[in-house]
Amino acid sequence: MGHGGGGILSEELIENLFLPAFGSSGGPSRDSAVLDTGAGRIALTTDSYVVNPLFFPGGTIGDLAVNGTINDLACSGAQPLALTAGFILEEGLEVDVLGAIAQAMGRAAADAGVPVVTGDTKVVGRGGADGLFINTAGVGVVPDGLRIGPEQARPGDHIIVSGNIGEHGVAIMSVREGIDFGTTVTTDSAPLHRLVAAMLASLTERGEDPNHVHALRDPTRGGLVAAVVEIARTAGVGVELDERAIPVPETVASACGFLGLDPLQVANEGKMVAFVDPAHSAAVLAAMRSRPEGAGAAIIGRAVEEHPGMVVIRTPFGTTRVVERELGEQLPRIC
Amino acid sequence: MCLGIPGKVMEIWEESGTRMSTVDFGGTTKTVCLAYLPDMEIGEYTIVHAGFAITRLDEVSANETLQMFADLGILEEELSGTEGQASRETA
Amino acid sequence: MKYLDEFRDPVAAKALVEQIRRTATQPWTIMEVCGGQTHSIIRNGIDQLLEGAVEFIHGPGCPVCVTPLEMIDRALEIAGREDVIFCSFGDMLRVPGSREDLFSVRARGGDVRVVYSPLDATRIAADNPDKQVVFFGVGFETTAPANAMSVLHAQRLGLTNFSMLVSHVLVPPAMTAILSSPTNRVQGFLAAGHVCTVMGTSEYGPLVEKFGVPIVVTGFEPLDLLEGVRQVVELLEAGTPELRNAYPRAVTAGGNVVAREALADVFAVTDRPWRGIGMIPQSGWTLSPRYADFDAELTFGVGQLTVQESDLCHAGEVLQGLLKPNECPAFGNACTPRTPLGATMVSSEGACAAYYQFRRLSAGAAAPTSAAAGV
Repeated sequence: MGHGGGGILSEELIENLFLPAFGSSGGPSRDSAVLDTGAGRIALTTDSYVVNPLFFPGGTIGDLAVNGTINDLACSGAQPLALTAGFILEEGLEVDVLGAIAQAMGRAAADAGVPVVTGDTKVVGRGGADGLFINTAGVGVVPDGLRIGPEQARPGDHIIVSGNIGEHGVAIMSVREGIDFGTTVTTDSAPLHRLVAAMLASLTERGEDPNHVHALRDPTRGGLVAAVVEIARTAGVGVELDERAIPVPETVASACGFLGLDPLQVANEGKMVAFVDPAHSAAVLAAMRSRPEGAGAAIIGRAVEEHPGMVVIRTPFGTTRVVERELGEQLPRIC
Repeated sequence: MCLGIPGKVMEIWEESGTRMSTVDFGGTTKTVCLAYLPDMEIGEYTIVHAGFAITRLDEVSANETLQMFADLGILEEELSGTEGQASRETA
Repeated sequence: MKYLDEFRDPVAAKALVEQIRRTATQPWTIMEVCGGQTHSIIRNGIDQLLEGAVEFIHGPGCPVCVTPLEMIDRALEIAGREDVIFCSFGDMLRVPGSREDLFSVRARGGDVRVVYSPLDATRIAADNPDKQVVFFGVGFETTAPANAMSVLHAQRLGLTNFSMLVSHVLVPPAMTAILSSPTNRVQGFLAAGHVCTVMGTSEYGPLVEKFGVPIVVTGFEPLDLLEGVRQVVELLEAGTPELRNAYPRAVTAGGNVVAREALADVFAVTDRPWRGIGMIPQSGWTLSPRYADFDAELTFGVGQLTVQESDLCHAGEVLQGLLKPNECPAFGNACTPRTPLGATMVSSEGACAAYYQFRRLSAGAAAPTSAAAGV
C-alpha cells in the first residue's frame, strides 16, 4: 500500500500495526476469542462503519467503530466484554492513515475498558471501499433478570436524553466536500456503558428494580427523532416531546439553521435516549448527571396512551406538530 | 424567500477582485461574498443567502422592533387585566 | 443566535396573537407568497395560533415547485451527459421530471453535485477545465444576485466551460396573476421579506392601488410573521389598503441598488410558465443576450422534449391556493416525500411537504392540551 508500493501481507499488518495498537492479549492468535462469561445471557451486536471522511473534528472512523458498538451493547443493559474488528482496506490507503486509525481505536478501547480481541483484514481494489470500511462486533453479558428493550416502554414514562444533540452530524458535515463551514463543534463519540451502569445502579443500590429503566437507544442515524419514533412504534405508545427541553447547543443550531437541517434529525454518537418509569426518573437523572458523559441529561418528554406510535412535539408557542423520521440522505436546504 | 440568516462580519479580504468575508452565525462561520455590500464593515450584521451577503441588518431598527414587541406585551397584560397571563403557558 | 432567537420569543408571540384576535371582527384570508414563510408558519403552528381569525392560503412561493417541467427535463438531459458536471441547490435533486429526477441521474453515474452557492460551481469549473460545468439557476429575486455574480465571476476568470441553466421567477407578476383570477379569495398579502431586501418595495405599491389589497412586507421568524399579519388585519379592519414594511431591519424601500444593477445587466425579463399554474407573462428572468456564452440553453441546444405530468397530482391547485395539501386525494398515500408526485411535495418549502412534515394530529386522535388553542 502507499503510492506505487506493493501490497503488505496481512500478517505483517497485524504484527506491526494492529497488535501494537490494540495490545496483544498474550495468547496464540486464533480465529475466534474464547471469553469466560460466567453464567447468564450474552448480548451480541455488529455494526459496520463507512463514514466519509475518515477523520473529522474530534474523532476518526476507528473510535466511532469502538464506541458505537459498545453503545449498542449498552442499550441492552449489557456489560461489554470484548470487540472484534474487521477491516476492508482500499488498495492505495496510506499505511500512516491506517496506523493513526488503529491507534485511535486502541485508545478508545483502552479508555472504555473493552478490548479488541480478534479481527480480520482484507484488501480490495481501488474504488472498492472509501479508503477504509470497518466492521466491529461486540459481545457483552446481560445481568440476570434485566429485560430492557424498546417493547418495555409504557405510557407515563419520562423520556430522558443524556446531553446535547446534533454534534456528531454537524462535525461530519463541516468537513464534507462542497458544504464546508467553520465550526467549533466536534463529534460527541463516546462509550456509554458506564453511564448505563450508573443509571441501573441508582436503582439497585436503593433496593429498586433496575427494570424501571424500560428502554434505551442511542440516537445515531436519523437523530433523536428516529430513536424515539422507533421505540414508540415498537411499544405502541404515543410520545409527547417538549421542544424547549431538548438541549441543542447554539453552535449546532446555527449550523443547522444555515444548512436548513433539523437538529432533531442529526446523528449523535455519544448520547443515549431512555424511557424511564416516572416514579424513578429523578434518581436515574441524578445518576446520569453525576457522570461526565451525562452531565447535560434532561427530561424532554413523556410517553402517552394517545396516538400510539406517533411522536408529537410541542413548540415554545404551545402549538403541536407530528415528528417523523426523515427519509434517506439529508440534503442541505438552500432555497 | 429562501434561507437567509443573520450573521456578523468577522473578517474581510479581496479574492480575484471580489470582496469576501467570514461571517459568524452564532458559532458557525462561513465564507461569504460581499460584492453586493461594498460598504459593509467588520462588526456589522448582514443577512446571507446562497453564499452572498444581500443586505445589512439594521441593528437599531431590530432593537426598535423588539422594543415595540415588549411594549405590546405590557399593553396586552394591562388589557387582559391579569398580571400572571404571561406565565399561563405550560409544558 | 443573535437577531434570530429574539424574534422567536413565545411571550411576545402570545401578545401579538391576542392583539390580532382583539382587532379582527371577522375571519380574514391572507396569502404568504414565500416558501420560507410557509415553512415557518407550519413548523411553528402560526396557523394554529390564529385559527378562526386568519386563514392562510399558501402562495406559489417555492421556486423549486414552480420550475417548469420542461426546464426540469432539460436539466436532466444535460446532467446525464458524459462530459458534464451538473451543479444544483440541494432542493432540486428530488424534483420529479417527466420520467426521473437528478437524484436518479446521479445514482446511475451522472456527475451531479449539490452546492450551497453558485460561486462553488464556478470554482468547480475552474478546477475541471476538461468538463462542461452547468449550474441550475433557479430561484426568486433573492437568489438571482448570487447567480448573476457567478456569471460575472466566470466572465472575469475567462471560463469557457461554465454555463447556467436559468429559470428565475418573479414575485409581483405572480401576485398579479393570483389577484386577477376570478377564483381569488386572498384579501391581504404578506410580501416576501428577502425578495424585498434585494428589489425594494416599489413594485408593490401599484398592486395595492390596482387591486385594493393591503400588502405588508414580512420576515420569517414567528414574531415577524405575526407582526405582518397584525398589520394586514389592522388595514383590512380599517378598510384602508396600504403597502407597509414590517421587516425594516432588513428591507428598505430602495432595496440593494448594487444587486439590482447587476440583475439588470445579467438578466432579461421573459414570459415564464409556472409549473401547475400556467404561463404568467413577464414573470421570469432569462440570461441577457450579452451573456449568451454562459447560457446553457444555447450551449446544449436541447431538442424537443415531451413532458408528462402525473394525472394524480394537484400541485397546481395547491400552488394557487385553491386546495389545501391535506385535501388532495393523493396526499399521504400515493404522494409522500418518499414517492412525490409533484414538486410541492419534494421541495422542503413546498406547501405539501410542509403539511406532511409538520402534520398535525387528525381530529380523530386525542390531541395534547394546548393553552394556545383557545381565545
